[in-house]
Amino acid sequence: MGVRAEGSTQMNTTFLNRKNGAWLNRLSAGLFALLGVGVLYVLGKAFVDNPSVFTQQVMNGLQLGFIYALIALGYTMIYGIVKLINFAHGDVFMVGAFTSFYAIATMNLHRWPARVWPSMPEGTVVLIGTITVILLSMLVSGILAIVMERFAYRPLRNKPRIAALITAIGVSFFLEYFGALPFVFTNNYITYPRPFEVVVYDAGTIPPAAMIGMWVLFIVSVAAYIVLRVMGKKGNAAAQAWARHPLLQFGMLFGGFLAVVLTLAGVKIEVGGKVWDLSASNVMLVIMGSSIILQVGLQYIVTQTKLGKAMRAAAYDKPAARLMGINVDYVIASTFALGGGLAGAAGVLYATAFKQVHHLMGIIPGLKAFVAAVIGGIGSIPGAFVGGLIMGETEVLAAGFISTPMRDAIAFSMLIVVLLVWPQGIFGEPPGEKV
Amino acid sequence: MRVRNLVIVALVLATVVLTACGGGAQPKTLKVAILAPLSGDVATFGQSTRDGALLAIKEWNENGGVLGMQIEPVVEDSQCNAEAAVSAANKVIQQDGVKFIIGEVCSSASIPISEVAMANGVLQISPTSTNPSVTVDENGNTKSLIFRACFIDPFQGTVAAKFALDNLGAKTAAVLLDQGNDYVRGLAEFFRDAFEAGGGEVVVWETYTGEDQDFSAILTKVKDANPDILYIPDYYSTVNLIAAQAREKGIDAIMMGGDGWDSPDLDLTAVDGGYFTNHYSSQDQRPEVQDFVAKYKAEYGKEPDALAALAYDAANILFESIKKAGEADPQKVADAMANGSFDVVSGHITFDEHHNPIKPAVILHIADGKVEFVTTIAP
Repeated sequence: MGVRAEGSTQMNTTFLNRKNGAWLNRLSAGLFALLGVGVLYVLGKAFVDNPSVFTQQVMNGLQLGFIYALIALGYTMIYGIVKLINFAHGDVFMVGAFTSFYAIATMNLHRWPARVWPSMPEGTVVLIGTITVILLSMLVSGILAIVMERFAYRPLRNKPRIAALITAIGVSFFLEYFGALPFVFTNNYITYPRPFEVVVYDAGTIPPAAMIGMWVLFIVSVAAYIVLRVMGKKGNAAAQAWARHPLLQFGMLFGGFLAVVLTLAGVKIEVGGKVWDLSASNVMLVIMGSSIILQVGLQYIVTQTKLGKAMRAAAYDKPAARLMGINVDYVIASTFALGGGLAGAAGVLYATAFKQVHHLMGIIPGLKAFVAAVIGGIGSIPGAFVGGLIMGETEVLAAGFISTPMRDAIAFSMLIVVLLVWPQGIFGEPPGEKV
Repeated sequence: MRVRNLVIVALVLATVVLTACGGGAQPKTLKVAILAPLSGDVATFGQSTRDGALLAIKEWNENGGVLGMQIEPVVEDSQCNAEAAVSAANKVIQQDGVKFIIGEVCSSASIPISEVAMANGVLQISPTSTNPSVTVDENGNTKSLIFRACFIDPFQGTVAAKFALDNLGAKTAAVLLDQGNDYVRGLAEFFRDAFEAGGGEVVVWETYTGEDQDFSAILTKVKDANPDILYIPDYYSTVNLIAAQAREKGIDAIMMGGDGWDSPDLDLTAVDGGYFTNHYSSQDQRPEVQDFVAKYKAEYGKEPDALAALAYDAANILFESIKKAGEADPQKVADAMANGSFDVVSGHITFDEHHNPIKPAVILHIADGKVEFVTTIAP
């Protein structure tokens, strides 16, 4: 391995050092830099011309980005542990969306607390009902991912990696067109019944208590983080461990994002005589909130539990992990289940946001989430999160200020731009440190 | 559901063929192809079209057929896209020997079918394809064997703009369109031209692609421009997405659209308060309409939509013309059709020199989860 890598580096350097090669490289770098300056100019001008619309677009991008982030986690975890790009992941997402569709439309599952306890207040019914629907979809998608792993990928684990990759594409097509059969799902576009009614919040309609609460959560977590880091630097090992605890991450992410969005939507902002017209829907808040909760939950599993430790060990070196008494098959199946569960949850959130399900709905979000995972550094969990947000923002800002029909082209070209600067992705670590 | 219907149709066909073979001296049959999108994102259009055309065929057969021949339908799923439509057209022409085609629903499928039909000397009448280039080639010449039973995009876009200006008192409009769809672009462009000619202003003109699910970026721009009218002349599946997201963004413009909205799957709560132009309304009290509605309900147990009405009309116009021509020769039937006048469900129809029908349009209003007939606008 080491020898081969050295050889190829040598070849690359000789190629790059040739005169025309270097010239071409400089030219392409210059072109990209020029393009970047142009894009920054367009966005900057849009912001100066109409800061209200620009801010609203950034908020729109967050909604999309958090969904991509959830799907991207599945790609990144599975790649981290078995080095497989699971192209069927987008279709697990589709199955999750359909599961929730049937749970809501035919089983009325989102209303079950009202049937058991008729006196329960409406808000609680909706909350518990929605959580149940999401959990059911996660369960079904997780089981589907385990089945997929057991029957399609495990038999090929010790075969060349290209075999599993092509199998993944096959599984993806199977799920898409099996789902299109009339007795499975259907090949029509179905209007999705949301588990809760949409409420749009704008200036004055958000209770200040919620806003202040989020700010308090954010500030307290940041303060605690700084204090613990300082204590850790002074040699307090327990404090150092606590500084990395997912609970603090939760406080910072959940508090921070929701505080900013709630404040932007809920406070009347007036600049130069023009009142900013910003709004956030409850769908958007639910997507951001549940996405952060699920991601931090995943971080907790990976960093704080025995299973997580086993996952990291298996990702690092499978034969050695097996020698240490780790059941690698079980660990890999659990990774698939976790990734599938997150994709299922993302499916519910996506369907809730866009109110439509169909059997090919997983392809484009799946591809974008895959690009998000690569941008963030495939194998890295924070990378999936950041990559998802980058993809969401790129797409919405491109559609809003550059060209709507070009939105996907621009979003996918982010991949090239980021990989030119960070070939491993933004959070990419040297091989071997991945989960 | 769909598969079951297809199986039933196939069984009916098989029985027809078997009885025909068993009868010794074969009575002549007239094969007519029905090409419609029976699956995919506009599946309800295709199913209604098929049902409407089959109802007309059934009636003619019960009354002794056309020129003494029983009509035999050949149903193919042409999926509203060019590739599937061309292969379906080739199949019915070459394999089944069909000389008359009813279809397709979508302009983007009807245009390629019309080229196949012209090359093979086959007559085509599209019930619902509204794009001008279905019946007119790129040099502006009318395709001699191609007809349609519906009015064309200019008319729908123009009527919508006129209604918005005169009846709704609109001053500004936002137009959202799928750049890659001939039908949507046609309606949008003619709406814009008529709206601006009538003194209105199109403040937002935004394009998207057919795969888009997230419209938040362009809707934020619409909200910022705060127009009176939001014109979305797309098919119902996309309209559902855009309308729901528009409501969440707090856009209160009146939504308007074309006949692509006419589907039981249209999300009525999202487009509440909106208007759309259409070919026919089952609430219209004319006897032709009420008679058709009663027959359709008896046959299929549901209210016919415009797609069903137009397919029924297209089939009747075709058989009427064959009867008038006196023989089932596509060119002679085309001549009879071009010079004839027909009283059908969607009104009194004559054809202009481009084989487009001259007939009235209706405006429908969506209020409280119901679609209501507002008015008829004659050309």
